[in-house]
Amino acid sequence: MQIIRTEGLTKRFGGLTAVDNLTISIEEGELFGLLGPNGAGKTTTIKMLTTLLPPTSGHAQVAGFDIAARAAEVRRRIGYVPQLLSADGSLTGYENLLVFARLYDVPRAERKSRIAESLEFMGLSDASDVMVRNYSGGMIRRLEIAQGMLHRPEVLFLDEPTLGLDPIARKAVWDHLTSLRVDYHTTIVLTTHYMYEADSLCDRVAIMDLGKVAAIGVPADLKKSIGTENATMDDVFVHYTGGTLESRGGYRETSRTRRTGHRVG
Amino acid sequence: MKPQGQGERDTGSGSALLDRRGGSVGAIVGYISKTLTLADLEVRKLKHDPTELVTRAVQPVLWLLVFGVVFTNVKGIPTNGYPYIDYIAPGILGQSVLFIAIFYGIAVVWERDLGVVHKFLASPTPRSALVLGKALSAGVRALTQAVIIYILAIAIGVRLSLNVLPIGGVILFVFLGAAVFATLSLIIACLVRTRERFMGIGQLLTMPLFFASSAIYPISLMPSWLQTVAKGNPLTYEVDGLRGLMLPGYPTSHPIVLDLGALAVMLLVLVLIGAKLYPRLAR
Repeated sequence: MQIIRTEGLTKRFGGLTAVDNLTISIEEGELFGLLGPNGAGKTTTIKMLTTLLPPTSGHAQVAGFDIAARAAEVRRRIGYVPQLLSADGSLTGYENLLVFARLYDVPRAERKSRIAESLEFMGLSDASDVMVRNYSGGMIRRLEIAQGMLHRPEVLFLDEPTLGLDPIARKAVWDHLTSLRVDYHTTIVLTTHYMYEADSLCDRVAIMDLGKVAAIGVPADLKKSIGTENATMDDVFVHYTGGTLESRGGYRETSRTRRTGHRVG
Repeated sequence: MKPQGQGERDTGSGSALLDRRGGSVGAIVGYISKTLTLADLEVRKLKHDPTELVTRAVQPVLWLLVFGVVFTNVKGIPTNGYPYIDYIAPGILGQSVLFIAIFYGIAVVWERDLGVVHKFLASPTPRSALVLGKALSAGVRALTQAVIIYILAIAIGVRLSLNVLPIGGVILFVFLGAAVFATLSLIIACLVRTRERFMGIGQLLTMPLFFASSAIYPISLMPSWLQTVAKGNPLTYEVDGLRGLMLPGYPTSHPIVLDLGALAVMLLVLVLIGAKLYPRLAR
């Protein structure tokens, strides 16, 4: 079953077309990666699918509901981990989860056990009553993922979940995401800059460039498609975007990314 | 593990069904509980780190101990026969409520620079409940100031009414006033979106709101144009109500119920505007 379907999804900011006529579908249970250089439209796409940003034109359905007409229904069924740091440092890990258990209508009788289960699942049980400002970057990310999965969403969206993490913390995040999918059958949609990770962990990826999908498919197929011997995802990326990772972004995005990296790391 | 997850998802939809059967009552209960969740968040933060409350209390303490005490010797301000220090004690509480709430937008801008606003907005929480929750959070903070001002005022001999009913009324006014100013602040934050611009506008707004109110002198002393401004100023109704409740037998300018109603209507309008603008922060 297709759990996400977009048709001609478009977002314009003034004269700039951030997402241009995007038509993709994602199957239930998939781990789907959105790749692309800075400014390719990945975050804008995620923001539209999570109902934060109304599309300029086109349609999208998430978990069976239209993102514009039935936004409230969509919100009940999704989890969202923003790129920016979103856990509250002035609360404990437990309290950070409690807030979202309440906001997502997790039944009162189940709250405690759900929170304990999420913490356990993300390997944070021991840090439950520790103030989040004393967490490491990797722990904060895992806590944010715990927040996002607390209500057992059908789809979990993550924007750059491993940005600014050291390799060990990054691996822990990926391991948890992989088991989240296996244990709860959650569909996972994420954006990333790390081609190696996208290659080894995503079922399918879409490479976006200038708001359009430049290529979509299973990583192995994409590597074959470019006709280079022993191609890596980096090669695929350069082939389809025709540029380097450094070509776009601008001051505002760079400053945000750096700050996030700094705070998380 | 999967069957278990499946089972709990079923209970989830079961309670959703119950909600629907419960109809509007269930929706209202849900709305209130989500609003209170955000206020509870603020209580928890204050418990973890109460230092801010102490530093915040310095300003009202100075107003009361220095300004209040000095101006009590000036007999020219008509205070309906009450000592000036008694007259301004409720005014200083109103001021404290204003100052603590009007910079609430800074926290909102901060939450936007992080991803907190995004996560709240992607959750199935009604927008107005998010805004009202923020407003009540400011109320929680303002209430702690009220406690400090009460203790201090009594210590320096202000004759405050200490019966249950007036104190309950004061709590209501403090919450309502803080909610009005915090929502106003949130609206400004939604419009300007950056800390620097917000600070500028916040500074610009605070003093006129304070001086164009009955906080430290009666409106009757003002030139007529300023009186007009004062009549639209929420702080005027806040302070008028507080005075009536805190000082036994004080003849308020309006019936207290009217003060309460004026603040409630202002809050309703501001929350509706705020709920419209708040989603902009995530764009």
